[in-house]
Amino acid sequence: MFRSLSIVFHNGKQFIPDIRGTKLAPPFRGLPVIRRVRADDKKIAAFCPVGAISTAPLSIDLGKCVFCGECAFAFPEKISFTSDHIISTNIRERLVVKEGDELPVRTDRDVIRPEIKRICGRSLKLREISAAGDNSAEWEMTASGNVQFDMSRFGIEFVASPKHADGILITGPVSENMARAVEICYEAAADPQIIILAGTDAISGGIFKESSALQRDFVARHKIDLYIPGNPPHPLTIINGIVDLMNWD
Amino acid sequence: MIEKRKDIVRIKNCETVKLNRIPVLDYDSFVDLNSFFLKDGTKHVSHFFAFPSGKKLRLFSLIADDIAGDIICSSSIISTEKPLPSVTALHHSFHPFERDIHEKFGVQYTDHPWLKPLRFPAGIKDKKKIADYPFYLFEGEDLHEVGVGPIHAGVIEPGHFRFICNGEKVLHLEIQLGYQHRGVEELFVTKKRLLERIILSESIAGDTTNGHATAFSLLYESLCGFKAGEHLSFVRTLALELERMAIHTGDLSALAGDVAYQLGNAVLGRLRTPIINYTQSWGGNRLGRGLIRPGRTNFPYTAELAESLDKIFNEYEPHFAEMADALFARPSVQARFEKTGVLSKEDILSMGAVGTPARSTGVKRDIRSTHPHGYYLSFKHEPVLLPQGDVYARAYIRGREIRQSMSLIRKMIASIPAADKNVDLSDKKCAAESLSVSLVEGWRGEICHAAITDKSGNIALYKIKDPSMHNWFALAMAVRGEEISDFPLCNKSFNLSYCGHDL
Repeated sequence: MFRSLSIVFHNGKQFIPDIRGTKLAPPFRGLPVIRRVRADDKKIAAFCPVGAISTAPLSIDLGKCVFCGECAFAFPEKISFTSDHIISTNIRERLVVKEGDELPVRTDRDVIRPEIKRICGRSLKLREISAAGDNSAEWEMTASGNVQFDMSRFGIEFVASPKHADGILITGPVSENMARAVEICYEAAADPQIIILAGTDAISGGIFKESSALQRDFVARHKIDLYIPGNPPHPLTIINGIVDLMNWD
Repeated sequence: MIEKRKDIVRIKNCETVKLNRIPVLDYDSFVDLNSFFLKDGTKHVSHFFAFPSGKKLRLFSLIADDIAGDIICSSSIISTEKPLPSVTALHHSFHPFERDIHEKFGVQYTDHPWLKPLRFPAGIKDKKKIADYPFYLFEGEDLHEVGVGPIHAGVIEPGHFRFICNGEKVLHLEIQLGYQHRGVEELFVTKKRLLERIILSESIAGDTTNGHATAFSLLYESLCGFKAGEHLSFVRTLALELERMAIHTGDLSALAGDVAYQLGNAVLGRLRTPIINYTQSWGGNRLGRGLIRPGRTNFPYTAELAESLDKIFNEYEPHFAEMADALFARPSVQARFEKTGVLSKEDILSMGAVGTPARSTGVKRDIRSTHPHGYYLSFKHEPVLLPQGDVYARAYIRGREIRQSMSLIRKMIASIPAADKNVDLSDKKCAAESLSVSLVEGWRGEICHAAITDKSGNIALYKIKDPSMHNWFALAMAVRGEEISDFPLCNKSFNLSYCGHDL
């Protein structure tokens, strides 16, 4: 008893008080910035290992980017990564950061499905589906619920059964071998059947996107309510992304 | 004294050998020889795979010799047309490797005791559906089955577990994997650029980013004849040991959670955070992504980084010690951990298990000690061993290994080698028609990467072995005879990788 109390005392308060305002420090790689300076755009685009960079104008697709930061090391005058971690959005095109863009990537509240707000109120239960995820994004989902990040303070929790869930959160590029399980799980979820894609692998297939072992029909067929980029996404990116979707401030 | 034999070639860890130097044996001798090597338990199979050449297959066997500290290579050329006797029938530890060969190339074995699909890979003829897996069945009404997965209650990777129980008692557990298959080995061949490949290696198993990225880098450097400098080796070793500390801490938290010891679950869970946050402060990513690159690093280690790590350790250490001591001394924890999920040394040797499950039965398997590379060559690593093979031993070893890694890191950061010049190996030519092998002790156990190159030095075959490949079967054996309610606890005491297995 005394021993337990002394451990509790020594550990003190661990939770991050201000999840919404906490900043991350470099070298964390969050939102990239592409400067309007002269450079060989084609060379930069060809350099990206996952084809996330396009030309005219030069842009980086955060849904494809693996945040390796190599482009910023190779072309520092043109590209740099800020430590801005609030980069989730509900509009796929918003994940494309263009040359000269100065606006942050944010959720557009006008296009959030109204039934999400109506049905969920201030509680959101999600069923996480790892569909060929490499256990990095899954790891950060678990971390989001630990005593420091404490996602449940916002009423957000991962639950065991899709029948108890308001929607699903997919991590991983979705393998052919998991495709059927994803469908079954989604069908079992209750309204409003929110779909969230978390991590680059889930959003675009990431480094695996050319693999013949993937089967991404599900992602192509459904309206996605939220994209959380990252490789894997940081817990602060995850929590802030979901809170913004629910419009809870 | 190692006898000189003509039917094998011995190579060191991270060595590249010309294919024509590896003896080709007739199949019967190949089977006899490789099963013979494993008889006394001082050697184990690190990898065993097939390389297609024309209509035939060339089988390669890589046996790690833990005494001599090298790798025994041999090969044999087979035709896929007629059924063959299996090595597995003589030594069970070959079972996943022969299942892989059977599944990919249609090789039939006459006496393989468990010739079932391994991972339902893409791109094979007559691909079976994963839903059609042939489970072990029983007849009668005394027993019942419990099926779990592929999607589990918790936030974990997918896999299907089928228990056959008598009341609460587990008689048999069959673990069906393959849901995570992404075609990683094929992508290593089709992706030609080094940057693509290193990022792919970081995604083999995200929780072992540093382990697999190190294994790939060592292998690739060996293929193109590059020797990493002291600083690069330092960076990799530091990243590997931090990964070990972080995951072991998280594992102890999960184990505490599974026996409803909430305090241990919360405190150890929060203690993982400063370690992975430190990794982020060094290389920008909590899992270490971006730190390890063949020939170079974007994040050389500095005195300032060492200073901040020292501070973090000074805070971590007393909190960890206080919590771990309380955990292991607590009677309610001991009651659940002790004599649960027991494996004998004989079981471990027969299944070829590695990592903490092996060390928890006194089997001294640790690449850092038996096949050291880079920085590990500069000192003698002593693996932590315990004899009893239960959940308690697997947990306790993790606690000891955390302290061991911390003390190693403290010594390391006291003298940081001068930064090496970064070398771009992207366009460097790889040795042609060669086999290259790297072994790395990840936090789960032995990782093995192997590559075969063609006439132009392009990678023609890439093979990956996560330690989970050996250990999944060990988990299935560990729960036999236990109550089904002890399964989660046993499972967490192994904490195996689904994606590392399914590739």
